[in-house]
Amino acid sequence: MWGSMFRWLDPYAKPETLYHLCGRLLPYLMVLAVFTLLLGNIWGLAFSPADYQQGDSYRIIYIHVPSAIWSMGAYSSMAIAAFIGLVWQIRVAQWAVLAIAPIGAVYTAIALFTGAAWGKPMWGTWWVWDARLTSELVLLFLYLGVIALSGAFSEAARGIKVASLLAIVGVVNLPIIHFSVEWWNTLHQGATITKFAKPSIDPSMLWPLLISILGFALLLAALTCLRLRSQILIFEQHRPWVRQLLDSKADSTQKEQN
Amino acid sequence: MAFNSWTEFWAMGGYALFVWLSFGTTYALMLGLWWYSKRQHKQIQQQICAKAAREQRVRQHQESEK
Repeated sequence: MWGSMFRWLDPYAKPETLYHLCGRLLPYLMVLAVFTLLLGNIWGLAFSPADYQQGDSYRIIYIHVPSAIWSMGAYSSMAIAAFIGLVWQIRVAQWAVLAIAPIGAVYTAIALFTGAAWGKPMWGTWWVWDARLTSELVLLFLYLGVIALSGAFSEAARGIKVASLLAIVGVVNLPIIHFSVEWWNTLHQGATITKFAKPSIDPSMLWPLLISILGFALLLAALTCLRLRSQILIFEQHRPWVRQLLDSKADSTQKEQN
Repeated sequence: MAFNSWTEFWAMGGYALFVWLSFGTTYALMLGLWWYSKRQHKQIQQQICAKAAREQRVRQHQESEK
C-alpha cells in the first residue's frame, strides 16, 4: 500500500527532475513571498490598531510569531527529510536537510532577536533563562549542530548521516518549545493562535498576522528551492546532465555578450 | 491607518527603537541569506565549469602527447 501511495512522488526523487521543478517554482514563490510579507507587515505596522496594553510595541508580533512558528516548521520539515534520507536512502531528501538547516537557523535567530527587542520594553529585560526562551535557544544550537556536523567529515555521505541523526533526535525539543508556556511558570505569554480554542486576538490584528505567517512560509519555500538546487549541483556535478546544463548555459551567456 | 501622521508612525508610540530594530534586523537577515544563497549557487556553477574545462585541457594535452 505504501509503495503505491507514494509512487507519484518517484519522479521527484530524481535529482534532475527536482532541480528543474525547483527552478520553475522559484520565481513564483519569491514574488508571492515578497508580496505577502510586505502586505502582512505593512498592514500590521500601519493599519492595525494599537494594543490596549502594549501600545505600538506589540507590532513586533508580525515578525516574531511568524519566524518562531516557521523556525519550528522548518525543523519539522528538515527532520522528516532526514528520516526519509536515512531510512529509504533517498538522496534528494538527504540534501534537503543541508538546504533547510541554514534557513531554519536564520528564522530561529530572528525569533530570538525580535523576542529580545519585544521583551525589553514589556518585561524590562532583553533576556531571561525561562523555559520558552531557553528551548528556542536550544533549537538554534540544534540547527548550528546540524550545519557543523554535516561539514565535519571528509566523507560527505557520513556527515549527512550524522547530521540527519541529530536532526531526528532534536525533534523532542519541538513539543518542549510549544508547551513550555504551559508546563513551566514563564514570563512568555501563552499561545494566541496555535491552539484548538478560538484565537485570543481581534480579527483586525489576526488577519495581518495570518498573512505574515503565510509570507514567512512562502519565503521558507522559496529559499529551500534555491538552496536545494545548489546542493543538487554539488552532489551531481559529475553527471552528464549537469555538464550539459552548464555547457548550454555558458553558450547562451556568451551569445548574449556578443 | 492607525496613525495620524508620518512622524507619529515612525515614533511608534515611543517604541520606535524596539519596533524598527526588530524589523530592520529581520529584513537584513532575510536579504543576507537570500544574497548569500544566490551567490553560493553561482559560485558552485562556476566551480563545476572550471573543473570541466580543466579536465578537457588535460585530455587534450594527453592526446597531443600520444
